[in-house]
Amino acid sequence: MDITTTQFKRCDVIKAAGRVDSSTAPGLEEAMNAIIESGRFKIVFDMSEVNFMSSKGWWVLIETQKKCKRYKRGEIVLVAVREEIRSSLDMVGMGSYFRIFDDVTSAVGSF
Amino acid sequence: MDTVTFPGRYDSLESISNFIEKAAKDAGLDQKATYAVQLAVDEACCNIIDHAYGGEGIGDIQCSVKTGKDGLTVILIDRGQPYSPENVPDPKLNLPLEKVKPRGVGLYLIRKMMDNVSYATRPDSTNVLTMVKRRS
Repeated sequence: MDITTTQFKRCDVIKAAGRVDSSTAPGLEEAMNAIIESGRFKIVFDMSEVNFMSSKGWWVLIETQKKCKRYKRGEIVLVAVREEIRSSLDMVGMGSYFRIFDDVTSAVGSF
Repeated sequence: MDTVTFPGRYDSLESISNFIEKAAKDAGLDQKATYAVQLAVDEACCNIIDHAYGGEGIGDIQCSVKTGKDGLTVILIDRGQPYSPENVPDPKLNLPLEKVKPRGVGLYLIRKMMDNVSYATRPDSTNVLTMVKRRS
């Protein structure tokens, strides 16, 4: 899985490509934590090239959302979530914890 | 029936997923059903690594696929600790964000994703998880 992070004025955009599973989720968690530890809590996660995400990946997103939303200091929003990933997220009621956008521009603009 | 044995490690998950994807496509499952089987198998393999073996690199996962009249059967066999699926409670859904705990969705997802799921421990101490996905 490849991860790239881009810092914008209002938020950080993180993009992953490939699979997010128990093997690769720790790398994603590290990248999310690096943004949070730098004191930035508005994150756009571009999932347009994520083709698989297991529950291990969802927990990374949930934990990131908890940290971002604490003290109402920010939020992580998701972009271009593959339909199958979205429906499995909804199946366990986790879809409701995230705003989901069709493209990065509208997600960045939401902050 | 095709059978491949993978080391019980997280870095096997992608190879397992590729093996399952091919089998699902060969069995005529559509994209949505194929993803469902890939996810269910990934969650099941993680449960085997984390709970049956208690860690990576302890034992193998034997993965078999069989195309039947109405879909695909996947059989996962491990030699770890057995458990009782009926004693695993369903996760609490729709909790407030701060109350959500990272556990317990694997088995729930497996049951939701697959059409038939059964688990048995054989006299030779192997645990056998059989999952069926029907063609839609």
